Amino acid sequence: MSAPPQMLRVEGLDKQFTLHLRGGLHLPVLHAVELAVHAGECVALAGPSGAGKSTLLRSLYGNYRADAGRILVRHDGEMVDIARAPPRTVVQVRAKTLGYVSQFLRVVPRVPALDIVAEAAPDRSREAAAALLHRLNIPARLHALPPATFSGGEQQRVNLARGFIGGHPILLLDEPTASLDAANRDIVIAMIADAKARGVAIVGIFHDAEVRGRVADRLLHIAPLQDAA
Amino acid sequence: MNGYNFAYLDEQTKRMIRRALLKAVAIPGHQVPFGSREMPLPYGWGTGGIQVTASVLGADDTLKVIDQGADDTTNAVSIRRFFARTAGVATTTDTEQATIIQTRHRIPEKKLREDQIIVYQVPQPEPLFKLESSRAETRRMHALAEYGAMHVRLYEDITRFGQVAISYDYPVMVGGRFLMAPSPIPAFDNPKMHMMPALQLFGAGREKRIYAIPPYTEVRSLDFEDHPFRTTRAPHRCALCNADNSYLDEVVTDDRGGRMFVCSDTDHCETRQEAGHAGTGEALVREAPVGSAARGGGMKP
Amino acid sequence: MTDETLLSARDLSLHFGKIPALVGVDADLWPGEVLAVVGESGSGKTTLLNVLSGRMRADAGAVWYRDPARRLHDVHAMPAPALRALHRSDWGFVHQNPRDNLRMAVSAGGNVGERLMAAGNRHYGNIRAEAIDWLTQVEIDADRVDDMPRTFSGGMLQRLQIARTLVTHPRLVFMDEPTGGLDVSVQARLLDLIRSLVARLNIAVVLVTHDLAVARLLAHRIMVMQRGVVVETGLTDQVLDDPQHAYTQLLVSSVLQA
Repeated sequence: MSAPPQMLRVEGLDKQFTLHLRGGLHLPVLHAVELAVHAGECVALAGPSGAGKSTLLRSLYGNYRADAGRILVRHDGEMVDIARAPPRTVVQVRAKTLGYVSQFLRVVPRVPALDIVAEAAPDRSREAAAALLHRLNIPARLHALPPATFSGGEQQRVNLARGFIGGHPILLLDEPTASLDAANRDIVIAMIADAKARGVAIVGIFHDAEVRGRVADRLLHIAPLQDAA
Repeated sequence: MNGYNFAYLDEQTKRMIRRALLKAVAIPGHQVPFGSREMPLPYGWGTGGIQVTASVLGADDTLKVIDQGADDTTNAVSIRRFFARTAGVATTTDTEQATIIQTRHRIPEKKLREDQIIVYQVPQPEPLFKLESSRAETRRMHALAEYGAMHVRLYEDITRFGQVAISYDYPVMVGGRFLMAPSPIPAFDNPKMHMMPALQLFGAGREKRIYAIPPYTEVRSLDFEDHPFRTTRAPHRCALCNADNSYLDEVVTDDRGGRMFVCSDTDHCETRQEAGHAGTGEALVREAPVGSAARGGGMKP
Repeated sequence: MTDETLLSARDLSLHFGKIPALVGVDADLWPGEVLAVVGESGSGKTTLLNVLSGRMRADAGAVWYRDPARRLHDVHAMPAPALRALHRSDWGFVHQNPRDNLRMAVSAGGNVGERLMAAGNRHYGNIRAEAIDWLTQVEIDADRVDDMPRTFSGGMLQRLQIARTLVTHPRLVFMDEPTGGLDVSVQARLLDLIRSLVARLNIAVVLVTHDLAVARLLAHRIMVMQRGVVVETGLTDQVLDDPQHAYTQLLVSSVLQA
């Protein structure tokens, strides 16, 4: 049996921020980052706070622009460079290949939780959305409500449902269990394990060492760079 | 009459108006601007119609002038006399005899012929006038045949009243191209314009516009497929000639609600009476139901 | 997804006297895509909208539109009848003030039906049924179909304008601050409505707004304008979360966090 295919490869990634409002202050965050993730593998980003873990994750999603290097994503059988691809390609890659679960839910006000999740489903299936919300312990009485008034943990679980329902072959998880209690945390760990078993490649930031230990196959250490300013 | 050119207007002016008329005939329903002259009658009394008539009138023409269908009202009598004096042409009240008919607000009941011309007096030539106040914009709408707004007006009528509530000056499409105001003739007369053998000329003196419908031109009243254009007339017979298919005027006969319905086309009515048709000759009482009136339950004035 | 643009602009320039309104602006829009144009007042974003839609001419540059038969049209060289026909059918324009677009003395149904009648629909019953359907789609009660717009609230008027615009299923809609001047709660409802209609009907939108939150929720891509120049363009979330240009950084940092 051949080795699982490489889903994501980062080569020589540099990222710095230039703060024009603070006199053009340069903040280098990432330098020459290398990473390869195969199908069914989960890589956890490790390092102290402020080292650039979130920056790397956001760069992988195309949310932050790379200053140098390549971010190759297997999309429709081809490796697409997220760092150079035109915006429309990035939109397509995100729709089909690259899923992202942020720490915070950002949605149009007034849209019910069930619709938010269903809209992310490949076939817009409301049944699948309701099932996943149930699995994440969001009771049916909340499905028809917009999540703006939900608790932090409930919002995070709606967010997770939205991220997992898309069936993306690559998932980027930013602190998926940060505001969850132990029971819900275990559910999320099980969902990550299921995804890996389906061959999903995962890159995540897991602040909780126990979670990290249970889901991550490897760690990528990110060390803080010296300020060059 | 000494001191005046034939038919009052000088030849240069007539030539200018004829050029406008030719253009109008060439583009059926399109309003052509012309240099309207001061005429010896006030605006609103037919200054446009009278200039058009003066320009097409020949010495051997026979002129008929009607006002609301009648040959004997002030406006009709004075215009007829005006041309009798300034052009010396024969005049008539007989639709059959006339070669040129100038009209205000009616088309004769009798079917017109190829050798006749009907000249309409037009107060407002712009059918889009009530929808769009800018003349530049209405011209653009005509140029691009953008007539959706006119249908919005019909839509609103049907929505509010269950039917199109335009009873006169009902807009028509001429030759499938130009939206046209037929002048304030009753909608009852609209179908007569369609494929009419006579040439139809329209003159608006104050607004300085001339337009025309050549003989045998398609003239359609605007409507909807499921609310087709329909004519309406008072549900009575003429009290004088008993006609049941002519356009009727309601004549108040006293101050106690007495009234009478008679043909608005006086020539048509008289011709029928001469042929032996006779109505009840009686007025109706407003309070009485229509059915009882028809049975002769009316009250004499 | 096609690689052919629906609308393309190249090197648009326009000066009002000495004031630059557009300086060398390029823009591309693909079918079904929402492009937000953001910037402060006077940045040229509304001018860009007017030039892209052919309502205003540029001093230099060209705008190309691809029709459903894939023919390219130079928007500024099009004969006026063709451009007006385009604005009545394939295109739509949503104004910030709905009163600029609506006929206030015509019923809601007549307002929605006008584009259908302009397109030659002559069946009262069908026009009315379509109008009622569209009122429902923009969440206005069907029994308001015969009411005059002056009896409508600001949010309803804006939704009525959207129904009036979308009734002919345009492929491209220009929107000028569609949620401006509305209460926050009304805004949210309208945003959700625009977002779902645009996605469901696969309408391409050029959206001018000064509100970055509106751009984030509706737009796939964003263009940031300052004094007539496009200073930054890209994916909406990328431009807003990782702004490169000093002006964009200023705009993003100026937003009040609720």
